[in-house]
Order: sequence, then structure tokens, then C-alpha cells
Amino acid sequence: MAQRFKTSPLGWLARNPIWGFIVLIFIFFSFANPYFFAIQNFQNILVQTSTIGLIALGMTLVMINGNIDLSVGAVVALAASLCIDIQGWAVFASWGNWAILPGVAAALTAGVALGALNGLIVWKTGVDAFIVTLGAMLGVRGLVFVYTKEQSFFAMNFSFSDFGSSNLGPLPTLAVIFLICAVAVHFLLARTVHGRNSYAVGGNRSAAVNAGIRVGPHMLVNFMIVGFFAALAGVTLSSQMGAATPNLGTNYELWVITSVVLGGTKLNGGSGDIVGTMGGVLAIGILRNGMNLMQVPAFYVLVILGMILIAVLLLDKQLNRKGKEEIRL
Amino acid sequence: MAQTRLESARMPGAEDPAGRRGEKGGGMAGKRLKAVTGVLARQGILVAFALFLIGFALGSDRFLSADNIFSVIRASAIIGVMALGVTVVVIGGNLDLSVGSMLSFSTVLVVDLHDKIGPGPAILVTVLATLCLGAVNGVLVGVARLNSLIVTLGMLSAIQGLTLIYSGGKNVDIANPDGTWFSLFGRGYIADIPTPIVIFGLAAIVLHVAMAYTPFGRRIYATGGNPTAAVFSGIRRSRVVFSTYLISAFTVAIAAVILGSRVMGSQNNVGQGYELQVLAGVILGGTSLLGGSGTIWKTVIGVLILGFIQNGLLLLGFQYYVQWLVTWVVIILAVWLDIAAKRGRLLSPIA
Repeated sequence: MAQRFKTSPLGWLARNPIWGFIVLIFIFFSFANPYFFAIQNFQNILVQTSTIGLIALGMTLVMINGNIDLSVGAVVALAASLCIDIQGWAVFASWGNWAILPGVAAALTAGVALGALNGLIVWKTGVDAFIVTLGAMLGVRGLVFVYTKEQSFFAMNFSFSDFGSSNLGPLPTLAVIFLICAVAVHFLLARTVHGRNSYAVGGNRSAAVNAGIRVGPHMLVNFMIVGFFAALAGVTLSSQMGAATPNLGTNYELWVITSVVLGGTKLNGGSGDIVGTMGGVLAIGILRNGMNLMQVPAFYVLVILGMILIAVLLLDKQLNRKGKEEIRL
Repeated sequence: MAQTRLESARMPGAEDPAGRRGEKGGGMAGKRLKAVTGVLARQGILVAFALFLIGFALGSDRFLSADNIFSVIRASAIIGVMALGVTVVVIGGNLDLSVGSMLSFSTVLVVDLHDKIGPGPAILVTVLATLCLGAVNGVLVGVARLNSLIVTLGMLSAIQGLTLIYSGGKNVDIANPDGTWFSLFGRGYIADIPTPIVIFGLAAIVLHVAMAYTPFGRRIYATGGNPTAAVFSGIRRSRVVFSTYLISAFTVAIAAVILGSRVMGSQNNVGQGYELQVLAGVILGGTSLLGGSGTIWKTVIGVLILGFIQNGLLLLGFQYYVQWLVTWVVIILAVWLDIAAKRGRLLSPIA
């Protein structure tokens, strides 16, 4: 009986309440606003969520591992600035559209390198990831300002910004990239040794060590992955705007962590999955889009999001209390 | 540590009669060395502070002038006062990321109300409103026992929205900055010392005494150190946690009054990012994010280090944002050395 409940759709929904929430707000906005239920708008939502979504994929890995990365917003800004600046260098002037390539490559490399730096520090020094990435959040942002000299960059090559608004078949290219990455990370997490070990390390580190799992390299790889995705998000974002500002990505870490937590990933590590994270990302995307269409001022969206985050936490506490009776007072 | 071991290993190699004495001497030297590394580990933050001061003083002749020192401390006072409150929360085993947006809210409130109901009532209302926000944090973390990181992250966003709703997105300012005693807090002097420094100092002394010498402070340490053990020894955990958030909110209100009085106006996002600087100060002060350890006066040092680094780098002619890079390195080094001293080896033993 219990087994049947676990595998039934209802049981699935109890484990992923966020998808129930998505259905609810989807139905609500469909009736409340005439412009919401349209293919064009759905494409819009996908593109809007792809930036936060990409980072959230990487953040899910890091958080399952029991760590956290606060520096993603700054990495987004650094990647965007690098990407736009380098493709405009005089050296690549004769490359035509291929000049975009070194820009993108440099951005992604920087992201992976910063992720590796964070991961290496967490691994080798044993300092808490929260502190390490808090420092990196300040430091990388400083790096961005020093590098850009507080200037915005603009893409001179219009095919770069055209890429951001192009379509691949029925879907926007950026949404396709996001969905492909989501499937890839889901596969990595659910079907590979690295994924399984990540859960083990996050769930019980000393047990993982005793089982012969090398904790450090897994953390390092996951930090590199989140760095890569943050940089990729920076590239797609700069391609959407055709520009990069040094303040880009401010507060992104908040949005990303909010959506990952909404998706049911625990801060302590050891549990969570990409299906949940997709739910969290989409829930925030649909909420922002729907409230925008209904002309709710942006201020209220902030308040509502904060309250939803806390409400989900409360709900989660109620649902998952079993077996963990704590002392009150 | 490693050095100590090396030395005592080398000592028995000395010739026989002197051997015992040598070994004894080695033990003593080892002890002394251990004591030195112990002091370094415990007071590393002070040593680093002294090194920074000496370095900057050698690099710039204006750095050590009384004027400069006063202006650095005055500029650090706002972050410093908030850091005191956050230290209490962190010692209690929780985090408070909402102080930055709370500062925006309180500053906008006190500046806006100043012209409407007068300075006195404005300060009173602001303190009460800020305490209410702190109480929300306290109930959610203390009573409902939610994860403090996520709760205060949510509150960060919610209070940001609240500020914008209150002000309608417009900046606020005080119409006549010269004709009000409200200017005392940010611009005035008490006995020739700038008021922000006086307030910062007083707050630090009061909180230090409360944390170090009263049962109340001991309860906070106990709760942060081991919540279960604290509950078993009869401490009401939820009340203690609740009160830590009230303290942090109160310090934010004080900081808001100083900031509002200093600027005589406020933007809606004036406190954005302050939570990071505040946390950086607290961490530099050696307070463990796991709770249960840390002291108020070291937080003061941590905040001052940040202030002097910022000031020193500017005086040496670096760009403003270079200080963030330096802060990055300093934070990680400080915590790393602290941990390394505790475990007795530099690198983490995990594979």
C-alpha cells in the first residue's frame, strides 16, 4: 500500500509539492489574465527563466553536496563582461562572426576556473563553503569593476545579440540550451557514479569517506560545474541584451538559492533533484511573468517571493517531520 | 606544530651528558614555540591588524594622522554597530542576512518620518518598526525553527519590497538639514569625539558586558554551542534565539539613525550589500558561523580592519574596488589560519 502510494502520481506530488503549486498558479493566471495563456508568452517564460535556471542546475549539484555558492552573481557579471569585451578586440577584427568564439570561450573558462578556485579552497583548507564563496562574491565583483573600469560594454557584432533572440524550430534557442543542459545534469545526477557519490558526500560525509569515496574531488567538480553554468548564464544574458554591465547578476544568488530550495533541495545536502529544481525555477518564472502581466508593481513581487520562500520552508517542515521528534521549547 | 615536532626530534641527537639537558631545553623551547603559535592562533586577528596598520603607515604618511583615524572609525561605525548585533545572532548559532535591507527600510522610515512627526517620534517609531521585523525573524527561526539562512534570505527580499512599497520607489530626504537636532547622531560631536564613534563604542561595551558577564550572554553561547544540551540544562532555546534577533534588529535601528542623520536623506537600496560587509567583519573577528564562540570586541577589531584596509588602499592610490579583492583574500586567510591552528595542520585531512 505504502509502496503503491510512493509510486502513484499523488505520492510523487507529495514529494514534489512545487509542481502542484505550478499547476495552481498556471490555472490562476490563465483565468486571471487574457495574455498569459499564449504560446508566445510560454516561450517568453522559458527564456526569462533560462538565466536563473542554468545557474540553478549547477547550484543543485553544489547544494546536494552540502555546500553553497554565493559567488554566482559576480561570475555572471564577469563572464558577460569578458564575452562582450573580448569579441570586440582588434585582434579578432578579421574573424567576422567567429570573433564571438574566443569571447565565449574566455567567459566559460573564467567561470570554470573561479569554480575550481572555490572548490579547491573548500577542499584543501576545510573552510566552510559559505565563507569561501561569500569572500569570492565580494572579490569577483571587485574583479569585475577593476576589469571593466566601471564601464558597460556593448556588442558591436549584431549576430551575437541576434543569437539571443533567435528560434530553433518552435522554441527560442536559449530555452533549447537550457532544456538540454537540464537533461544533461539530470542524467549526471541520476545515472552516473559522480551523481551518486555527490548524494553520499552531502548526506553523510564521514560515511562517504569510510565507503572509500574521495570527498574533495567531487566537491571540486561540482563547484566547477556551477561556475560553468554561471558563466554560461552570463553569456546568454549578455547575448539577450547585447551588452554587459558590471552590476549584472546582482542578487542572482538569492534568486537561484530561492528556486533551488523551492524545488525541495535541502541546504544540509544529501537530497534534492533536477526535477524539483526545474519546478522551483518555473514557479518563480511563472509568478514573475504572471504578476508582471497583471501589472503588479515589482515591489510586491519581492514581498510575495520572500513570503513564498518562507511558506515553502514551513510546509516542508510540516510534511517531513516524521521520525524526527525534537525537543520543543 | 610541525616545527615543534621537528625540533624535539632533532634534540636527542645531541651528545649524551648534554642530551638530557638538551632535551629538556628542547621541550622548553618547544613549549615556548607552542605558546607563540598558540598566541598567534588566538590573537592572529590582532597581529594581522597591527601588520596592516604598520604597512599602511609606511606607505602613506597621512594614514596615521588623528584626523584620518577618526574618519575611518566614524565611517566604520554604521557597519560596526550592525556587526555587533549580527555577532550576537551568529554566536547563538544562526545567521542574519536581512540586516542590509532592514537598514534600507529603517533609514527610509526615519528620514521620511522626520519631517512628518518630528525627530523624536520618528526615531521611536523606527526603532519599534525595526524591532517588529526582528521579531518576525525571531519567531520564524526561534519558535518555528526554520533554517535561519533561508528565512533571512526571504526576509531580505521581503523587506526590500516593503521599503519600496512604503516609499513608492522615491528617494526621501530631510528638507532642512541644518535646523534639526537630528543631525547630532551622524554629524555631531560629543566631547570632541564624533557621535557615531561614541555610539559605536557604547554599544560595543554594553553588548560585550552583556555577552561576557551576564547569565543572558552565557545562555546565548550555550544555545549556539549545543542547542540540545542547552535545552536539557533548562535554557529556553526559542526565547534566546528570539532575543538575539531582537538585538540585531535594534542595532540595525541605531545604525539607521546614524546613517539617516549623516546623509540627511536616503535611497531605497542604501543598505544593499551591507549584510556582506557586516558578515565579513564578524567572520574576520573570528566568530564561528557554527555558533557558540566569538567575542564582541573582536568583531570591533574585524570591522576596523575592514575600514582601515579600505582607507589604506585608497590612500595608497588603488582603485576603490581593489579593497573587495583584498577583503576576499583576508577573509579566507583569516578563517583558514583559525581552523588550521585548531586542527594542528595547515591542510584539511579530507581526501
